[in-house]
Amino acid sequence: MKKILDNLLHQKNRSRTISYAMIIGTYLIIEILMHSIRMSRLFTSMLVPCCCYIVLALSLNLVVGFSGELSLGHAGFMAVGAFTAIIVSGLCVQMIPDPIIRLFISIIAGSIVSGIAGLLVSVPVLKLSGDYLAIVTLAFGQIIKSLITNIYLGFDRNGMQFSFVNNELNLEQGRMLLSGPMGATDTAKISNFSSGVLLILATLFIIYSLIDSKYGRAIMAARDDRIAAESIGIDILRSKTLAFVTSAILAGAAGALYALNYSTLQPAKFDFNTSILALVYVVFGGLGNINGTIIAATALYVLPELLRSLQDYRMLIYAIVLIIVMQLGSSARLKRSLEQIRNRFARKGDVR
Amino acid sequence: MTFLTYLISGLALGSVYAIIALGYTMVYGIAKMLNFAHGDIIMAGGYAAFYAYTRFGMPAGLAILFSILTCTILGVIIERLAYKPLRQASSLSVLITAIGVSYFLQNSAQLMFGSDTKIFPSILTEGSFRFFDGKLIISYLTLITIFTCIVIMIGLTAFINKTKIGKAMRACAEDKGAAQLMGINIDTTISITFAIGSGLAAIAAVLLCSTYPSLSPTLGSMPGIKAFTAAVFGGIGSIPGALLGGILLGIIENMTKAYLSTQLSDAIVFSVLIIVLLIKPTGLLGKKENVKV
Amino acid sequence: MKKLFVVLLSVLCVLTLAGCGKSGNGGADSDGTVTVKLGGSGPLSGDAKVYGEAVRNAAQIAVDEINASDSKIKFDFRMEDDEASGEKADTAYSTLYDWGMQVSLFTVTSGAGAAVAASYDKDKIFAITPSGSSTALVYTDSQNFKGNFQMCFTDPNQGVAAADYLASYFGGYKVAIIYKSDDVYSAGVYEKFAAEAEAKGVSVVYVGAFTDDTGTDFSTQLTAAKDNNANLVFLPIYYQPASLILKQAFDMAYTPIFFGVDGMDGILTLEGFDTSLAEGLYLLTPFASDADDALTKTFVSTYESKFGDTPNQFAADAYDCVYAIKQALENMGYDGTMSTEELYDAMIAQFTSMTFNGLTGNDMTWAENGEVSKAPKAVIIIDGVYVSAE
Repeated sequence: MKKILDNLLHQKNRSRTISYAMIIGTYLIIEILMHSIRMSRLFTSMLVPCCCYIVLALSLNLVVGFSGELSLGHAGFMAVGAFTAIIVSGLCVQMIPDPIIRLFISIIAGSIVSGIAGLLVSVPVLKLSGDYLAIVTLAFGQIIKSLITNIYLGFDRNGMQFSFVNNELNLEQGRMLLSGPMGATDTAKISNFSSGVLLILATLFIIYSLIDSKYGRAIMAARDDRIAAESIGIDILRSKTLAFVTSAILAGAAGALYALNYSTLQPAKFDFNTSILALVYVVFGGLGNINGTIIAATALYVLPELLRSLQDYRMLIYAIVLIIVMQLGSSARLKRSLEQIRNRFARKGDVR
Repeated sequence: MTFLTYLISGLALGSVYAIIALGYTMVYGIAKMLNFAHGDIIMAGGYAAFYAYTRFGMPAGLAILFSILTCTILGVIIERLAYKPLRQASSLSVLITAIGVSYFLQNSAQLMFGSDTKIFPSILTEGSFRFFDGKLIISYLTLITIFTCIVIMIGLTAFINKTKIGKAMRACAEDKGAAQLMGINIDTTISITFAIGSGLAAIAAVLLCSTYPSLSPTLGSMPGIKAFTAAVFGGIGSIPGALLGGILLGIIENMTKAYLSTQLSDAIVFSVLIIVLLIKPTGLLGKKENVKV
Repeated sequence: MKKLFVVLLSVLCVLTLAGCGKSGNGGADSDGTVTVKLGGSGPLSGDAKVYGEAVRNAAQIAVDEINASDSKIKFDFRMEDDEASGEKADTAYSTLYDWGMQVSLFTVTSGAGAAVAASYDKDKIFAITPSGSSTALVYTDSQNFKGNFQMCFTDPNQGVAAADYLASYFGGYKVAIIYKSDDVYSAGVYEKFAAEAEAKGVSVVYVGAFTDDTGTDFSTQLTAAKDNNANLVFLPIYYQPASLILKQAFDMAYTPIFFGVDGMDGILTLEGFDTSLAEGLYLLTPFASDADDALTKTFVSTYESKFGDTPNQFAADAYDCVYAIKQALENMGYDGTMSTEELYDAMIAQFTSMTFNGLTGNDMTWAENGEVSKAPKAVIIIDGVYVSAE
């Protein structure tokens, strides 16, 4: 028992233990609270989207933090996952009445299609570097959004019907799954908090496994010094592709969970701003810092809701908070004083 | 004939992109940062010119000057307050700060000027040349825009190559540490870069708002992204590249809308961009950097 | 940095937990008045702020008027920001629910409204939207949201009305359409118009679209329309991009008849707009800010003196919503003793049976499915004012 505990708290595993403990602990507390006292509607309505943004931010951190590539189009993958999940869930309503199994299947489908999209996108993207890479991810994000905005998909007795750009569907007592800019309407809301937490745990597991694997070390080696990594025979492109595709898969899963939490969803949701939002979470949390990303995504997701009482000044204050935190985060003096505090505590620990 | 009309309107759109892209590319070349707030400085320039002209009753020339002055000051203040403390921080922290500044400017503008659209007065000129019985119309404004664009490009190139400050800028762009050792004041140089970039944004604002006379607090975000795309397209950091990238982007966009699809023009324009970058991975006129061990 | 987040998080927990539980309904005050909690959400930040603000301002005027009058019904009005997004509309709705909202102005925009339509239905809170014109707010393929109503026309309704109007008054004209393909409202009107136009034999010679990213330069679409000899351009879009289209068409000496729908209302009051460009423009609108009936005049002057802008149809619809709700409450003799659910049923009963006269029309009635029946009126702009085109 003690051995396991020691192992868990060992330097190497500490971050991982904290991640799991933090998520499971928070989950248990919230569940207990929800069953004992009546929680406000606002609080419960924020749980699932918060889980989605955590997964999205974690997936982006894999590309930006671990792989060192700036991606400005991650919302595109989220969109692919989201609309795939809506289609799958909509088609399976009769076949699989159980919402939990349907949710599971939809998320898997969303991740797979998003992963395929990620693989396709990664071919041109990873040939480039720096800002050129960033602009191509931005371009793909816009292309994906633009394509989804023009898809009309429905089904009726005669099966699936599809049209592009103009709505030429003539459904006989059927149902539209996607209707252009209106997106999906009348989706069954089947996401719930528990599945969100499970998805975060799965994401953590996948990311930690990847980082600790041979590929993960290769990715980080390539990030830190590409030439040195190449010189010792690391296949950089392969490891970067792996990170990129994994990231797309996870973003797709986040999108799927997100989509099935709302009765309607429009493609316009997944615009440049959403990609930027995810990037803000990652940078706030710290590049490559998994626990930081989780905390940052949560804090920044709830911040605008907290600021509701400020009314018109809400987004202005949000912007100021963004700027100030970035300043504090990189202020040399603050870093030094934090260092000092940490040292003091460390010394006390030594004495004991 | 119709083709020529499309070409010319693409050229007009492209030159506006190009002037904005010049500001992007200059700041990027010297400060190595993507200034996402650049589009919002354009918005500020538009409002400055609007208020100067319609409310304070300034003549057109003075209003433009006022707009340039406002943007220059705004640019320098933003640089000093928000970006300068981050000189040592990672480029991503600076990027997020720029996004914060962009949100800040948009929301302040909404509070200060209201969120409704205002129509920008035609302070430059109206009227147009007509050829072939009015089948081909080129407005004076289009010509002014293209002309201004070329003048700015030539002026900037001369400034950067010939003047002392320009040389200091190039030195900073090349190697900040070495530049500092040579006695160049990095902070001043970067501030001057921001001042020039923001001043150009004001000129872009007047041209943009005169061509498309619709003024709103979120006016800058779309041209901002487009100009960023144009700057990368042409090779970020390269001044002629920004011009070429901007104009090509404008023309491609209009040709796509004219001959392919108006619904899918975004997707098609960005696809072209991706293909070009695959063939020329550092943009059309970008320098190829050799990575040294 | 992490510590800051932890502090933030704990603040959140305290705040959200503190606000738990739904406060009871007020009941009658000592002076015999009852206060009703009226909620609503709309974009109060971001691109679409102008619409959310118009609704909030106008509703506030109506609420202030009512609260200052000797009416037995008083309102406690609260409008939350939803940034015109479904996700934010959901949290805005939750905030209002926690506050104890009894009746709602729903949402300002269609996209946001569609996301919370089912929530209103499930929690049995009566809602009437001033401006969310998509049918998804009031019913879907599979169900009718009984307590969700609309004050504005629906998008399909407008598309059909526009096509009918063109078929009967502009037969033989060649029609070009320019619409915003990534906008729910514009695409909704366009889709129905195109179908109806085909059925009615209106000849559509060119269809051009634009999106958020390409919404500044319209010369391509206009040149193409001109090349196809279109002599009427149908613009199912809002007035801001429309003002650019009018300007660019003028610059290229293209002078077809322009025909807009209710989103076009507001074009004459754009600050700095050269109204001569809009001369001869047709539009379908329920409200004209320069109408000369007393009700409109007082409303417009109050709005202008309070907020410095001329109200558009969003504002007029919001003003009407508040008064319609008041009328329904008075008709049922609301005394504050009903539960929200009883109120919900009573409101539905009132709205499906009463007629209402307001800024945006007379003798309005509502169908079971929540759609309002008022005919869109065609007006033409002559000498900078709306003139009935019938």
